[in-house]
Amino acid sequence: MGDILAMMFNTTVFAAALRMATPLIFAALGGILSERSGVVNIALEGMMLTGSFAAMFVTYHTGLPWVGALGAMAAGALVGLLLAVFCIRYRANQVVTGTAINIFAGGLTVFLLRHFFGAAGTSPQVPVIRDITLPVLSQIPWVDRILGRQNPLVYLALVAVFLVHVVIYKTPWGLRLRAVGEHPQAADTVGINVFKMRYVAVMLSGALAGLGGTYLSIAHLSRFSEGMTAGRGFIALAAVIFGKWTPLGALGACLFFGYGDALQMRLQDIGIPTQFMNMLPYVLTMVALAGFIGRAVGPKAAGQPYIKG
Amino acid sequence: MQSRIKAFPWQELLLPLAAVVLALLIGSVLILYVGENPLTAYGILFRESLGSVRNIATTLQRATPLMFTGLAVAFAFRAGLFNIGAEGQLYLGAFAAVWVGISFNLPRIIHLPLAIIASMVGGALWASIAGFLKAKLGVHEVINTIMLNFIALFLTDWLVTGPFHGGSWVPETVRISPTAALSRIYPPTRLTTAVYLALVAALVVYIILWKTKRGYELRAVGLNPSAAEYGGINVPRNTIIAMAISGALAGLAGAEQILGLNNRFIVRFSSDLGFMGIAVGLLGKNHPAGVILAAVLFGALQTGSAAMDRLTAVPRELITVIQGLIIFFVAAEFLIRRILRLKEEA
Repeated sequence: MGDILAMMFNTTVFAAALRMATPLIFAALGGILSERSGVVNIALEGMMLTGSFAAMFVTYHTGLPWVGALGAMAAGALVGLLLAVFCIRYRANQVVTGTAINIFAGGLTVFLLRHFFGAAGTSPQVPVIRDITLPVLSQIPWVDRILGRQNPLVYLALVAVFLVHVVIYKTPWGLRLRAVGEHPQAADTVGINVFKMRYVAVMLSGALAGLGGTYLSIAHLSRFSEGMTAGRGFIALAAVIFGKWTPLGALGACLFFGYGDALQMRLQDIGIPTQFMNMLPYVLTMVALAGFIGRAVGPKAAGQPYIKG
Repeated sequence: MQSRIKAFPWQELLLPLAAVVLALLIGSVLILYVGENPLTAYGILFRESLGSVRNIATTLQRATPLMFTGLAVAFAFRAGLFNIGAEGQLYLGAFAAVWVGISFNLPRIIHLPLAIIASMVGGALWASIAGFLKAKLGVHEVINTIMLNFIALFLTDWLVTGPFHGGSWVPETVRISPTAALSRIYPPTRLTTAVYLALVAALVVYIILWKTKRGYELRAVGLNPSAAEYGGINVPRNTIIAMAISGALAGLAGAEQILGLNNRFIVRFSSDLGFMGIAVGLLGKNHPAGVILAAVLFGALQTGSAAMDRLTAVPRELITVIQGLIIFFVAAEFLIRRILRLKEEA
């Protein structure tokens, strides 16, 4: 028993959990912004995948991984724009459009991969965003083994959680965002531009999800491979719900799911199949939605196109 | 009712057609981009999917599972439910079919129908989880069916690599008994009698929805749940029934893959058949006849794409892109109406 506890609670596992959680955190923050504005975002998976490809592609041509990250954010924002135009301007069903984006992104990334790099299912190797050592954190005993040396994107994800939290709850823009997602008619009457708020939120959502994808292709690995997000966009969506549409809640959910991921291999050794750990985020989300651990209820206007009266 | 059958709904057909044409046009931009001639590429696509009886048979084989998942999505849609879970339901249906197929020793006349029914039960039970949660607790079915897709994927992953592993190095079960296999109707293609089953399923869906009291209730709930409830219809019960029937239809796609195509459960065999069912259902305007046509179109695109990939510089994933685009345009009816300058419906 002591062995199992030692296996579960050690700094190596915590550090790995943080790394596993990083792409989820970015995408979940994106999901929160979009859903808070009233647009259901099933497309996180497609946005991440596009971001992964763009990060690799731009890095391949420039040799500069940070420029690749910017490219991924731009590509993600572009996918966000696509979702926004169809859902906001043309009032298409948000869930259907999200599904379309996921299929479209899955096809287009492989189409481009094969066009530019030939038949293989993976891209050539590209330079990566390298791990850094933080001066202060690496001095604190215990903490340094988790946070002392990590990828810059890991730190950036944590900063982003804080930023999105402040933006949503402490700024006028955040108040407008929440108003638009809860009661667009009322927001409109007090002079808030519902359409503009939603466009910006959904594009930011795409940029953040793209950054999540960046971590996969040019930080965690050093290449893009076919369908490399492997459902992480949906785990991020689960984290949004499990975290009750709040940045801090989603962070907790992502860390928990990342922890499950990090433990997977070790738990397999004591007879718990990896597939059970893989299922966990989805099962927990269903339980949360059913209200067994405090009912998860989303923004009221999420899913409905706004028609100016 | 009489007049509606006589007056052929041209407009209903026009919108999906426009969506397909627009998607193919954007696809031709991609073809030009990789330096090929769109007419040549689409020509090969057409010839290789519909140019001979053998190619048509392959197209129909590819279309069959999409007919089932398309019907599943369409049926739920008519009852006001968005079933994104066809992918998971088909996995559970497939597993139930393979379990019956390998576990029993029965004469064919019992074994095959039993395996088919098992696939329907497997799919129906899996879908009922989301139906039940919606009916009893009011949880929206979209998120739950997405979550259930992944749970189904990992559950069958575990079953097939663990307790039901066939023993080879491949993550698959042993083969089903020949007495549970569907017969091929045009060898050497892998088209099986499942295609007849799909046509029957389409007919049954039509009859249930438009010729029975239950179907009337389901459609009433789909059009306006509050009004239906006010009219004395039990909405929660109809929600559970609609999800179960939808899941049973998706389960049949699993039966086609197991009892017809592969004769064993290979881990993650479904190449997004469930998600493509959403496209097929929408493109078919959620009508059984439309679903069959849309499934054949998608089957043809998939069948032709391999040859296009081989004979031109166009990667076969072009077809996935086009399928995604079709969903975009079907979803944005508003946009298409504007392009075609059709009157907007109130």
